[in-house]
Amino acid sequence: MEADITLRVDGEERVVTVDTRTTLLDALRDRLGVTAPKKGCDHGQCGSCTVLVDGRREVSCLSLAVAKDGAEVVTAAGLVDADGPHPVQRAFVDNDALQCGFCTPGQVCSAVGVLAEAEAGWPSAVTAPGATPELTDAEIKERMSGNLCRCGAYPGIVAAVREVAG
Amino acid sequence: MTEQLTPVEIGRDRARFDGALKAEGAAPYAYDYPVEDPLYLWTVDSTIAKGRVAAIDASAAEATDGVVLVLTHDNAVRVSGDDLEYAVLQDPAVRFRGQVVAAVVATTPEVARAAAESVVVRYDQEPHSVTVRAEDLYRPEKVNAGFPTDTDTGDLDAAMASAAVTVDEGYVTARTHASPVEPHTTVATWTDADGFLVFESSQSAHGFRRVFSDVFEVPAERVRVIAPFVGGGFGSKGMPHAGAVVAMMAARALPGRPVKYAHTRRQMFRLVGYRPRAEQRVRLAADADGTLLGVGVDVVQESSVVKEYAEQSAMPARTMYAAPHRRTSHRLAALDVPVPSWMRAPGEAPGMFALESAMDELAHECGIDPIELRVLNEPAVDPDTGLPHSSRYLVRCLRAGADLFGWYHRDPRVRSRRQGPWLVGHGVAASTYPAYRQPNNTALVRFADGRYQVEIAAADIGTGAWTALNQIAADALGVPVDEVDLAIGDSALPVASVAGGSSGTASWGTAIVTAARQFREKFGSHPAEDDEVRADVPAPTVAEEFATHAHGAQFAEVHVHEDTGEIRVPRLYGVFDAGQVINPRTARSQLVGGMVMGMSMALHEDSVMDPALGHTANPDLADYHIPVNADVCDLRAEWLGIPDHRLNPMGSKGIGEIGITGTAAAIANAAFHATGVRVRELPITLDKFLG
Ligand code: FES
Ligand code: FES
Repeated sequence: MEADITLRVDGEERVVTVDTRTTLLDALRDRLGVTAPKKGCDHGQCGSCTVLVDGRREVSCLSLAVAKDGAEVVTAAGLVDADGPHPVQRAFVDNDALQCGFCTPGQVCSAVGVLAEAEAGWPSAVTAPGATPELTDAEIKERMSGNLCRCGAYPGIVAAVREVAG
Repeated sequence: MTEQLTPVEIGRDRARFDGALKAEGAAPYAYDYPVEDPLYLWTVDSTIAKGRVAAIDASAAEATDGVVLVLTHDNAVRVSGDDLEYAVLQDPAVRFRGQVVAAVVATTPEVARAAAESVVVRYDQEPHSVTVRAEDLYRPEKVNAGFPTDTDTGDLDAAMASAAVTVDEGYVTARTHASPVEPHTTVATWTDADGFLVFESSQSAHGFRRVFSDVFEVPAERVRVIAPFVGGGFGSKGMPHAGAVVAMMAARALPGRPVKYAHTRRQMFRLVGYRPRAEQRVRLAADADGTLLGVGVDVVQESSVVKEYAEQSAMPARTMYAAPHRRTSHRLAALDVPVPSWMRAPGEAPGMFALESAMDELAHECGIDPIELRVLNEPAVDPDTGLPHSSRYLVRCLRAGADLFGWYHRDPRVRSRRQGPWLVGHGVAASTYPAYRQPNNTALVRFADGRYQVEIAAADIGTGAWTALNQIAADALGVPVDEVDLAIGDSALPVASVAGGSSGTASWGTAIVTAARQFREKFGSHPAEDDEVRADVPAPTVAEEFATHAHGAQFAEVHVHEDTGEIRVPRLYGVFDAGQVINPRTARSQLVGGMVMGMSMALHEDSVMDPALGHTANPDLADYHIPVNADVCDLRAEWLGIPDHRLNPMGSKGIGEIGITGTAAAIANAAFHATGVRVRELPITLDKFLG
């Protein structure tokens, strides 16, 4: 069964016909040719498909596209604006927070999500009860642990996020 | 001695040139290339480990709207060659669980998947054998990379019988999977006019082209493999595996239609190779002061009935330490299991866990510092070949690492330090990996539009080749990096060897330097438009005169919770001798990445064979654990930075693999120091400290 849905992807309105079994990730990659988010597992286990949906980070392989009709989706490609790459993207390059780069678009989206979540005062598993979270290394590691990097670029990723968090 | 480059660009710390493309999601990996009117392939995989396909009922699939092809052994194109791994869909035999027995091609991925799931396969099942039994062991003719299966010098048994101190222990390394985050992917198109065009996740565009050309009996010029960006490889993408062949069979049957196939994560645990489980018996014989008299390693590993893979796990014991009596052997059992293959530092990674754990045991037995034990047994020449070393700085790495880590404050007694409920230990181990350069590399240098085009079909699997080769070319031509345009990752470019064996930069870099020098000789410093040189590099001869290896030393701090056995690694430091480092920033990432994977081997990775079903019981990233960000704490990689002028014009040694060697032993040794419990079977899980 097919359905027409509308997504706002990286600032552009896109109408797309999807199979009702199509995931948001496959809608982006296979139907719309938006290949910034990657498919590492298709099971919600690696984080390489992470995008921002209505401002929050999500693994796009775990939701069906039809359930996202009308959503605003920002991928790593959409984080680049008229001023150039997002500060997180610059920090990733400077700190060599990547090797093969396959997990990177997901890491970058996740990092942008982490910055917003911390800003909004959301605690993580390592935040002391009742405390206002600060993005210490322990907080960054914890919050970025949904994004696997088999190349082992974790120290660079922490340095990059720390740099942007200031 | 090789004429050396004057380092201007090489050695300079630079952000990787392809970094922005990757961070912005704009670097195209195999699946990302836009192709016209694609088809999607989904496979049907066997649910038995041994037997025959008795019947396939694909009627429901064939009747599904959007399905254009169902491939089975009845209609798949015949392939040539005697490599059974590529002989997929050629006969009804099932040789391991998860083997591809059919494939469905359809106009959308959803239809392909649902249709594949509707295919009913009936089997005649036979009993399988998936665990190593002593009676099945045989002696392979040679081991991976062409090394001898066994070695025997002196009389190890006599040395063991008469030595003042001996170690005779068994060590087990787990079955592990390379698990790059990008699943192996093939996007193949066949046209009668041009042959195959294949976007592939490959560590070797030319190597894949050669295999595809042989398997499909198509002239190599009619096969083009494109792979400029590869989402990790770690050996698994060093050669094609069965899935690529299936996708190309479908493309061959559907001329003009691109066929897209990405392995599922589950298939990554059975179709793309893995490091086999190994049991190693290590014997060390020594004088009371720790001087080694004998070193022996006997390896028993799993292999497959489809294709033999003999990981050279005893190799490092042949070269690491001096001792007059030495013996090594490798034995295999051919099982009804998926085909094992290369994974980062084949041989050295498991081998150095066993050898370096045993050395720690010997140091403990002799009551001497484990660093001093290694210094004491430093060989004057390579113990295996008798050749001098082109360079060997193991002792310097150990000393520099000890200073960096603060080793000398360590109380050698086990269970001597604690922080609250945590038992604290420090451990050390050596690292090693051969310094290879491959033959058969050609580079092209052309002058056009005031710039230098440098072409070679090298691969960047995350190593930083896009940056390092550019830096090498700049120094070889004597120009700034931004006057060089590098092209790699395409079999249409001049031939290059695999990104494997930590040999890429040395091999490709030498070709680039050779071409650049010939270019300057021929055309001087003011070339005309389109002046061009294509240079082949003669095979290296250094290994006839010298033993060529990189070395390193790794230091781990380990905390083990006294009540729960939970184990953490708050500090892991490595110091390496990697010759001249081309780009410190990307080099550090490679070494750190190797160490993370070594830590993963020590603590996490364990592919559990289900003997009843004959497959890996934990084939996904939730159950097969690799480190997450929070597992990695203070992790540092440093290097000595002494060029080895004998190896290549850069003076460099490979750095892709050495970081994973010795890590697991350093961690196990630290865990012993913390707890007094010697864990000889990886991974080191909490149960091993309890009861
Ligand atoms: S592809 Fe979505 S989490 Fe791995
Ligand atoms: S950069 Fe390769 S997986 Fe993260």
